[in-house]
Amino acid sequence: MEGPPVIDVQGMTKRFGGRTVVNRIAMRVCEGQVYGFLGPNGSGKTTFIRMLCGLLRADGGSGTVLGRDVIRESAAIKRQVGYMTQRFSFYGDLTIEENLDFVARVYGVPQRVDAVRASLEHLGLHDRRSQLAGELSGGWKQRLALAACLLHKPRLLLLDEPTAGVDPKARRDFWDEIHELAAQGLTFLITTHYMDEAERCDRLAYISYGDLLVDGTVDEVIDTARLTTWSVEGGDALGLAPRLRRCAGVGQVVAFGKSLHVSGADAGALEGAIAPFRTPGYEWKRVRSGLEDVFIHLMESSTDNFSR
Amino acid sequence: MGGGIFSFRRLWAMIVKEFIQMARDRMTFAMILGIPVMQLLVFGFVINTDPRHMATAVLLADSGPHGRTLLEGLKNSTYFDFVKQVADEAEGRMLLTRGRVQFLVQIPENFSRDLLRGDRPAVLLEADASDPTATSGGISALGGILNTALLADFKGPLARLAQDPPPIEMRVHALYNPEAITQYNIVPGLMGVVLMMTLVLVTGLAITRETERGTMENLLSMPLRPIEVMVGKITPYIFVGYIQIGIILLAARFVFDVPVQGNLLLLLAASLFYIAANLAMGITFSTIAKNQLQAMQMSAFVFLPSILLSGYLFPFRGMPGWAQAVGEVLPITHFIRIARGVMLKGIGFGDLGFELWPIALFAVVVLFIGVARYRQTLD
Ligand SMILES: Nc1ncnc2c1ncn2[C@@H]1O[C@H](COP(=O)(O)OP(=O)(O)O)[C@@H](O)[C@H]1O
Ligand SMILES: [Mg+2]
Repeated sequence: MEGPPVIDVQGMTKRFGGRTVVNRIAMRVCEGQVYGFLGPNGSGKTTFIRMLCGLLRADGGSGTVLGRDVIRESAAIKRQVGYMTQRFSFYGDLTIEENLDFVARVYGVPQRVDAVRASLEHLGLHDRRSQLAGELSGGWKQRLALAACLLHKPRLLLLDEPTAGVDPKARRDFWDEIHELAAQGLTFLITTHYMDEAERCDRLAYISYGDLLVDGTVDEVIDTARLTTWSVEGGDALGLAPRLRRCAGVGQVVAFGKSLHVSGADAGALEGAIAPFRTPGYEWKRVRSGLEDVFIHLMESSTDNFSR
Repeated sequence: MGGGIFSFRRLWAMIVKEFIQMARDRMTFAMILGIPVMQLLVFGFVINTDPRHMATAVLLADSGPHGRTLLEGLKNSTYFDFVKQVADEAEGRMLLTRGRVQFLVQIPENFSRDLLRGDRPAVLLEADASDPTATSGGISALGGILNTALLADFKGPLARLAQDPPPIEMRVHALYNPEAITQYNIVPGLMGVVLMMTLVLVTGLAITRETERGTMENLLSMPLRPIEVMVGKITPYIFVGYIQIGIILLAARFVFDVPVQGNLLLLLAASLFYIAANLAMGITFSTIAKNQLQAMQMSAFVFLPSILLSGYLFPFRGMPGWAQAVGEVLPITHFIRIARGVMLKGIGFGDLGFELWPIALFAVVVLFIGVARYRQTLD
């Protein structure tokens, strides 16, 4: 069951000096969803998000965010959106508490002092509230940023690579919290490079060099890629990679631990290509393509914006 | 939650944040205190109210005794230190031009003979008055020195020479800067210059700093209006301005003995306009500049005309018309007039208005440009 749309935009386009960085992207995110936004570096994810909250002027496109016109009503949108920037952009020379206090004042959070204290306690930073934000480690900075984004009780959170450079335990906690908040009706648009995170999203969109290549649930994304994947183990499986890569019909060869995933768009051609390698000592299995197989496939088959 | 064009709540959020950041920024704090103190120290030597021991060259063409008596008298006065005896006027002029000496004393040929004849020979004192405070003491003391010096020689039959009219003619040539500035003039001017330099520099960096530290993206994603950001950023520096005024006024009173004739409160009230104008100018540079370097360059661009065309260094009425026109636009010109007026002439509020509105107009126009140019997106 889907709630009402929170992000509903079409044709979003951004050009920097004649280069199209975001190319007619449509996106629909419904209330309470955790929507994953993936794509290689420089593909336009940050640019797209900035257009949603009025930080960049769109060169084309229309639609609504939280029911407000995405082009004309960015001031109203800003008040109800929490945007966590890719780079930590709170004040390193203010303490944790002062940063939260500033945000709470700007948004006019009711019962500001209590709200800030509650936020500090929730963060587990109440004892370190007088520490300068600039001295925090990466993981704590992300948590502070998230807490600051949540202070004014936004209805939509735009999180740009919130877990880049954060340790696995902290990443898991972060995502647990996101799902808790989503269950309360908050909507998330999150960019990430991590597959385990992508798999925890309700829906995904994959963008490459400004073009949206695929979107849908994890299963839909895998299915629409129509990718065939074989896994090989045993013997010197990893040593086969260079030779496999040279074969026609083999799209990509990726190592997963001790096994190798060999994928191709054409199931028949792939089977023909690997046939010579199916010798004793190697254990070949047809497996369901994973998200990572699909994304690497998408990444390699999409053309670079520079070269076209 | 109230959107609106302007919100005091959001402005207050900015002010609090900027206050904390300002207090924590040691560099800025050092600059705030350092610039006035340094300027006062540097100018303190010039402001030295009675400069003595100025390097002096002598051209003594007289072979009689009275020329030497005269030189002895000059030396004893301690205003003049004879560093060189020159052979001709050209050599003396060269020393003056190059700034090796402050004065050139010329005692003409046959000075003693003409003196005894009652021909009133001329003694010429040429002064490098490009720094008038350095020469004014010597020049004003000259008449007295010469007469007393010669008195010793005027005994017996020469006693008649001691009567009116003075037995010698004194000629003073003030070179390079005919209109002298008194030391009192400098302190009020210094106040204008110090305030301008610190306030424009400090706020000139205020917005570019957000951009360069990457905090601008966050700031822009919040529902803050340009006017709230700009006014919030400059407000804490009003206090900085008053701290500096305090330092300078205390130094003026207790170090340099500059009397304050008028109402000090009036001066402080008028200063608010001037502080605001400089802050508006700085923050506007900051919104236009792409980075801190550009902001600094823009600031440097106004410092020069402000120092040269405001009447701080050169007499305003002595400047060509176009320069006066430029000067009239600059807030510092009007502020220096106000500060000199209140401190030295004791003018009241009635005379102040003429100088206040150009400052206020400047502030409003400049802030308006800044708000219009404030980039609300990252494009
Ligand atoms: N302000 C800008 N001016 C010019 N080019 C930009 C600007 N911002 C981003 N780009 C370019 O747009 C492309 C997409 O960048 P970005 O949206 O940051 O990608 P992503 O977030 O997916 O890594 C990149 O090639 C980047 O260099
Ligand atoms: Mg990015």
